[in-house]
Amino acid sequence: MEQVSTLERILRGIAISFVIIFFMFPILWIFLMSFQTNETILQVPPQLFFEPTIVNYEGLITGQLETAAGSLKIEFMGNLFNSLFLSTAAVIVGLILGVPAAYAFARLKFKGSEDIAFTLLSFRFAPPLLVLLPLTIYFQKIGLADTYVGLIWVYQLIVLPLILWIVRGYFEDIPADIEYAYRIAGHGFWSTFRKIALPLAGPGIAAAGLLAFIFSWNNFIFALVLASADKQPVTVGALAFITASGINYGQIAAGIVLSIAPTFALAMYAQRYLVEGLSLGAVKG
Amino acid sequence: MSDVMLRLENIDKFYGAIDVGVHAVKNVSMDVAKGDIIALLGSSGCGKTSTLRMIAGFEATSRGKIHLAGREVQNLRPVLRNVAMAFEGYSLYPTVTVRENIAFALKSTNLSAQKVAEKVKEISDMLEISDILDRSPMSISGGQQQRASLARALIREADLYLLDEPMGQLEPQLRTLLRGRIKHFIKERGQTAILVTHDQTEANALGDKIAVMENGEMQQYASPSQIKERPANLFTGTFVGEPPMNVFPATATLADDNIRLQLEGSLELNYPKSRFADEVCSKLIETKHVIIGVRPYAVKRGTNGAKATVIANQWLGDQSHIAASFANGTIVLVEHDRAAVSEGEDIVIEIDPSDLHIFDPHSGDALSHGRDLV
Ligand SMILES: Nc1ncnc2c1ncn2[C@@H]1O[C@H](COP(=O)(O)OP(=O)(O)O)[C@@H](O)[C@H]1O
Ligand SMILES: [Mg+2]
Repeated sequence: MEQVSTLERILRGIAISFVIIFFMFPILWIFLMSFQTNETILQVPPQLFFEPTIVNYEGLITGQLETAAGSLKIEFMGNLFNSLFLSTAAVIVGLILGVPAAYAFARLKFKGSEDIAFTLLSFRFAPPLLVLLPLTIYFQKIGLADTYVGLIWVYQLIVLPLILWIVRGYFEDIPADIEYAYRIAGHGFWSTFRKIALPLAGPGIAAAGLLAFIFSWNNFIFALVLASADKQPVTVGALAFITASGINYGQIAAGIVLSIAPTFALAMYAQRYLVEGLSLGAVKG
Repeated sequence: MSDVMLRLENIDKFYGAIDVGVHAVKNVSMDVAKGDIIALLGSSGCGKTSTLRMIAGFEATSRGKIHLAGREVQNLRPVLRNVAMAFEGYSLYPTVTVRENIAFALKSTNLSAQKVAEKVKEISDMLEISDILDRSPMSISGGQQQRASLARALIREADLYLLDEPMGQLEPQLRTLLRGRIKHFIKERGQTAILVTHDQTEANALGDKIAVMENGEMQQYASPSQIKERPANLFTGTFVGEPPMNVFPATATLADDNIRLQLEGSLELNYPKSRFADEVCSKLIETKHVIIGVRPYAVKRGTNGAKATVIANQWLGDQSHIAASFANGTIVLVEHDRAAVSEGEDIVIEIDPSDLHIFDPHSGDALSHGRDLV
């Protein structure tokens, strides 16, 4: 180990603190805002000390938004449920379709397999709006517009390429001989996939699922175009906070806190899978 | 021929396109009799593993046919070939215990749980891994992983066992012990096996036959004693045997009734013509420029022969290895008594014609062996 001088250590500490403050400040500020009313928030100069209130959260949970212009009904909890349902369902469908496909791309090299895999990835490059316009027309024709099924289907555009490419890498890292050893003992292709490949790629699948969930959760444009109020996720539903009579920053902040809470919790929980996923390297070679 | 378990017919392996990619195995043919253990011996990268993988079906053959237990199998899926394999890289399943790794090999046999447990116990006792059965493969040493992998292969009932360097990681004592046990285990059951190794002692101890491979080509496929006494070419002659065979270029001429082998450094060996069979004589004179080989234990010190100067003399506890400069090269002698010669001393080298191996310098093929001469 090289010797680290005290000065260097202090400078390093300052640099790290700076980065942390830079990234955490908005989140902390929003958290503080969510416990304030519009009046305290808009004070100039801003006050660091204030009397916390939970009216914002109350309003969101009961669905009654009190604004200067009067009472407004909002669907925040419904939106939150939609987000949860849509993202979870999209990830489940994505895993069911994507994991076997990733395995096939990792293990069965055939003419054109690389091109097909790349085409699937290229869905990520296309601007969503390009896809959305024709899709809206089709969906209206076949009755999928404004349905959960339709939305989950469109979400696959985000989820599938992600799962496919991440999980494929994990499958490729499993030495083929481990599977061969299982197969020559008389086990079939399917049981080799289930008993050997899946458990070994497990951490990678968990990581891919987590990322796919976060991407789905944060999606805005698909649901904005394709869903009406009762199917909207929080990302779209938050638009309701911008009313003709003004913007209620406190409630938006509370909404943000509530909507990032699930992904935040999930990321914290799944952290160990991500770490495990990295240490899979130990089985290589 | 019903007693042939495996027949390789002109097998070629290219990694990449045929005739373009890496030519790892070149036109290899061999018959393995049922019940034989074949030691596949060769240096690293000579194509041993590739050959095994083609037999098992993990790699496609580029050309040639594989017959196994009376069936043509080169296009058959691995699971249908009924072979067991111990992998060079062990390839244990890291998510389950060593016990399950071994037992998984029996899952498709419908044996009762009790019978499976008995078999696992028997094989793990034999390979000295009973104490680590409940550990994860990730937490045991390389040698233990290797034995677990070997157990997983041997526990199965298969037409052919392919063992890729199954003892490479073991301590010498354990290796010697297990060598005997494994041989007994395979022979007792009348099983057929191909064992890849780059250890000559192992090949000699375990192999009913030794297949010597180099550079993708089968150099010789014969019994251990044949390989030793009648190496088919210069490669086998110098590759098999410890210390390696001494080889020197020589020019053969007929002078009166003597065969004269002219060596470099103006040395010569003279033998009465009568000590060589007629056809060997004519072959020698005809080829003229040859390479002569003699095993270190067949080189004698005497009074009537060619001069050499001792460079080193080492007593290894049970034999002396003497190195001496000879014919612009070095000759090595093995003596079983403690030799009383020291550095710089001149000695006289005597080589009995019946110990000479004679090779064609261009093709490397053996022209004759000492035992044939008389
Ligand atoms: N999958 C592969 N792709 C390309 N070349 C390979 C592959 N496997 C082995 N080779 C090459 O084939 C040759 C023989 O390898 P191998 O059969 O593993 O030798 P050995 O087991 O005798 O050490 C080597 O030159 C090696 O580099
Ligand atoms: Mg090898």
